[in-house]
Amino acid sequence: MADIGTGLLQAFKLIISLDRDLLAIVFLSLRVSGIAVATAALIGIPLGAFLGMRPSVSVRWLEKLINTLMGLPPVVAGLVIYLLLSNKGPIGQMQLLFTPMAMIIAQTVLATPIITGLSLVAVRDKHKEIRDTAVTLGASQQMIIWTVIREAKRAIMAAVVAGFGRVVAEVGAVMMVGGNIQGSTRVMTTAIVLETRKGNFELALGLGIILLVLAFIINSLLYRVQGEV
Amino acid sequence: MFLLLLLTLCYTGCRGRCKTINPFVYQLENISKSYAGKQVLSIDKLVIERGKIYGIIGPSGAGKSTLLRLLNLLEPPSSGNLLFNGVPVTNKSGKQVLELRRKMTMVFQRPVLFDTSVYNNVKYGLKARGYARKDITELVHKALDEVGLTEFVDRNARSLSGGEAQRIALARAMVLKPEVILLDEPTSNLDPANVAMIEKITGGLHKKQGTTVIMVTHNIFQAQRMSEEILLFFKGKLIERGTADQIFNHPRDERTDAFIKGVMIY
Repeated sequence: MADIGTGLLQAFKLIISLDRDLLAIVFLSLRVSGIAVATAALIGIPLGAFLGMRPSVSVRWLEKLINTLMGLPPVVAGLVIYLLLSNKGPIGQMQLLFTPMAMIIAQTVLATPIITGLSLVAVRDKHKEIRDTAVTLGASQQMIIWTVIREAKRAIMAAVVAGFGRVVAEVGAVMMVGGNIQGSTRVMTTAIVLETRKGNFELALGLGIILLVLAFIINSLLYRVQGEV
Repeated sequence: MFLLLLLTLCYTGCRGRCKTINPFVYQLENISKSYAGKQVLSIDKLVIERGKIYGIIGPSGAGKSTLLRLLNLLEPPSSGNLLFNGVPVTNKSGKQVLELRRKMTMVFQRPVLFDTSVYNNVKYGLKARGYARKDITELVHKALDEVGLTEFVDRNARSLSGGEAQRIALARAMVLKPEVILLDEPTSNLDPANVAMIEKITGGLHKKQGTTVIMVTHNIFQAQRMSEEILLFFKGKLIERGTADQIFNHPRDERTDAFIKGVMIY
């Protein structure tokens, strides 16, 4: 128990002193997960909206596939991306393995089904009544689609946050395709694993606290935005 | 030669005008509508005259709401001919349907207001029609004034009570100056004061703009109060039509008699 107590104390000291290594890890995490989620949102929101506006019978199989991929184990995603990016893989010559780009790709793969699936449900919930109302008011097809998406915006935003929550906290995929290289591909979760193994509990705990605080801040921002829009 | 010229002039002159003086807004011939193989509406012949207030009554499942959806071109009939202002609406392109649909509008039982300000809600249809911003502001304020909710202009539409929301939905429809307004049980969830208000607004719209009003209602006394003509539907078929006096005092069909006396008809 003493370990946890001193560990926590040291962790707070590290955070307050704005330790450079720690900051570098935090920023890389945010950059990788941020870009991955933004990319996943660009794919997932239009795709989810498109599928959500179609009759559910016609997209049932695709929906099942997306729901399955929503639970895709990060290590499986990591393995597939690893095979694709490794020297013998189809895009191996791009030399992306063990770079932040590889981690972005892996996390995009993980976040896209979540954002797509949740956007699909959000849009489907709104579609019928919003569409009918917009149609009776003489809206064009384009205006109808835009209105439905705008009406589902809160749930879509929650989908994006859920996607971010998933990727920023996952360790399996980034570990496999990033390699946890210091100063290059080490992010919060992989650092926590490594530091725990090394017995550096204060750094591991510090990173854990930062991860939780970040999740809290993002959720608070979401609540605020949802209250305003 | 002169005669031919005169005839041509008469014909071209009439073509423009005949459209607007067509006495029938809707003409339905052998219309049927089925969902998943089950027929819910079957009408041999029905005409809706311009500028009248119609009340559509009948027990649940009579096909009343389906009829409104067909009239609003929300759904095509499974078979038959539907004419709006004398123009057949089936087999039209999306753009042509949109053009026709912009001459009519509908208010639903449960008002669906968009998650934005009252102002943005009322301006929606005007924006769709490409009105100038200045005109939109003026028209929206006028419409809100008519439903007595000017002070709500900047409020979020989702924060309104049921009655207020329905009045906004009505303002949003009225502001478009439609030729036809279709109302699907617009007052069934409202308190008496709001019911009276909605009836007054609808009556006023009809009087001032000559709008054709087609209202589905479960309240037969509302139909009696408001309608110039009542259509009674039963199991997807029109079984009787006539003035309120005819329907209520001299019904020809025994099912009509039973229905207005509050007897369950099957």
